[in-house]
Amino acid sequence: MVLSDGKGIGKVIFSSSLGTLIEWYDFYIFGMLAKTISIQFFPDGNDTAALLSTLAIFAAGFLVRPFGALVFGRLGDMIGRKSTFLLTLVLMGGSTFLIGLIPGYRTIGIAAPLLVLLLRLIQGLALGGEYGGAATYVAEHSPTNRRGYYTSWIQTTATLGLFVALGVIMLVKSNMSDASFTSEWGGWRYPFWISILLVIVSIYIRLKMSESPLYTKLKKEGKASLNPLKESFGNKGNFKMVLLALFGAVMGQGVVWYTGQFYAQSFLENTVKIEFMQNREIMLWGIGLATPFFLVFGALSDRIGRKWIMLSGMLLGVLFYRPIFNTFLKDTNINEWKKMEGNSSPTIISKEILKVDSLSIDNELATISHSKIKWQSQQGMGFTETRADTILNVRATPGVTKEDSKPVFTDKKLSSLMKWKFISLVFVMILFVTMAYAPIAAFLVELFPTRIRYTSMSLPYHIGNGVFGGLVPFIATLLSAGSPTDPLVGLWYPILIAALCVVIGTFYLTNKIDKNIND
Amino acid sequence: MNNLKKVMGFFWMTLAPLVIYLLVRAAIQNIDSAGTKDINKPIPWIIIITIFTPIAIGLMIFGYYSLKGEYDHLPESSDDL
Repeated sequence: MVLSDGKGIGKVIFSSSLGTLIEWYDFYIFGMLAKTISIQFFPDGNDTAALLSTLAIFAAGFLVRPFGALVFGRLGDMIGRKSTFLLTLVLMGGSTFLIGLIPGYRTIGIAAPLLVLLLRLIQGLALGGEYGGAATYVAEHSPTNRRGYYTSWIQTTATLGLFVALGVIMLVKSNMSDASFTSEWGGWRYPFWISILLVIVSIYIRLKMSESPLYTKLKKEGKASLNPLKESFGNKGNFKMVLLALFGAVMGQGVVWYTGQFYAQSFLENTVKIEFMQNREIMLWGIGLATPFFLVFGALSDRIGRKWIMLSGMLLGVLFYRPIFNTFLKDTNINEWKKMEGNSSPTIISKEILKVDSLSIDNELATISHSKIKWQSQQGMGFTETRADTILNVRATPGVTKEDSKPVFTDKKLSSLMKWKFISLVFVMILFVTMAYAPIAAFLVELFPTRIRYTSMSLPYHIGNGVFGGLVPFIATLLSAGSPTDPLVGLWYPILIAALCVVIGTFYLTNKIDKNIND
Repeated sequence: MNNLKKVMGFFWMTLAPLVIYLLVRAAIQNIDSAGTKDINKPIPWIIIITIFTPIAIGLMIFGYYSLKGEYDHLPESSDDL
């Protein structure tokens, strides 16, 4: 039995999506508050704390998430979808709330980072189990001709969770001083505490929902799997589809998703050096405007099939990542900004000498003046220039200044027009994400039988997103270390993985929609 | 098309050990006690190589299945799995 009426399926989607949104919210706030968390729990200079910090970042994301997919996937196929994704929600929300209650390193010492690591691992585990349950639950309630559309609501939660997390943090931060926000029991803990309220609401809603009709029927007939792991990965016929799902679809989707949603923000902040708040504004607008397209492409996949929409999103990423990221760099080239004329031309609005060092060069006294200069144009463009000029006090010509040949430009603020250009480019990248990501839940659900669906689809999904996607920043740093002069070198990883996935998907996947998932 | 899949199967089988070799080589080159970045620490490499080894084995198996023609016809229903 599927729910074809709008009200019934609406409840199913709402209850599933709300929980998934909360899980993403919980996962994101840790990443967004990483700097403050690091100060509170993983202080510099302590090797054990540094080791635990690395483990908290890498083990939770890469190792535990696929493991969670196996643990909770198996449970979901054995005891049911509803109970399992209720459990993952409690674990996720509970861990987040508890992280917000742990005293800092200064108060309880090494126990603080140890507890954070433990709770972070539980979070990773729970995240690995949630998505498969929600996707399966919604898909098993959906009519065949709307499966892509209904499940695409779940895909929006990864983006909306980011949106909510960013919104809550900005709201808290804007209502207090930096010192109040970052202190041991400061405002940074509020987003963690808020999580418990969201979880309680979500649990209440989910408890009122009934089990998936397909799973209930299977259970009644005594056909539920007794060993989903063996049936999923020990049966050649099913295992080859798990491999195909991973290498022909989810691997590429994972890197496209991560590049558009996370790497772009980090690139704009750390490489392009856009001012902190404007960078967030660009990302929020770009993501917010593109999010409805999850539903558009989900619905479109019900009409024309899943395969080509997903692969088109990946291919567009392969073709346009370098031009888009290159535009970010070219448009913020300060040497070009300084050459502008009229209202666009930036002028110095303040200059502050930070310090002056004295030294001797070739027996002549020299001073190095470290200064910070703020520039702004009438159009609102601005930046901060940090430079170290050498002033040579040569007897013949005292006071000759050798200007710093490599000043550092930070806190770049774009004009309104330029800001909207950047928002459009982020929007385009998120559009690629919506194409690759929107049909994926329906695609995965249709690939596997009901009795082992939760297990079979969860593992490739979390390897694709957690491992392939999550590795984007690490591999980007690795590639940058090899070619430090090319700021775009880090893009080769998502481009190559997505290209590989497009090739595999094109030749191996079918575009046929499985009408009957009741098998 | 099926012949092409067989040829590609050989490529996937070769690619998998190559990826692991490149990762191990990159780990040896970048682990540096004096470095401060994540790529200079051994733990991320241990985790990444640990998780990528079964994935690479999966790619090899995928290539092997492809070479053997297992993907020539995809199942029409779950009964075919």
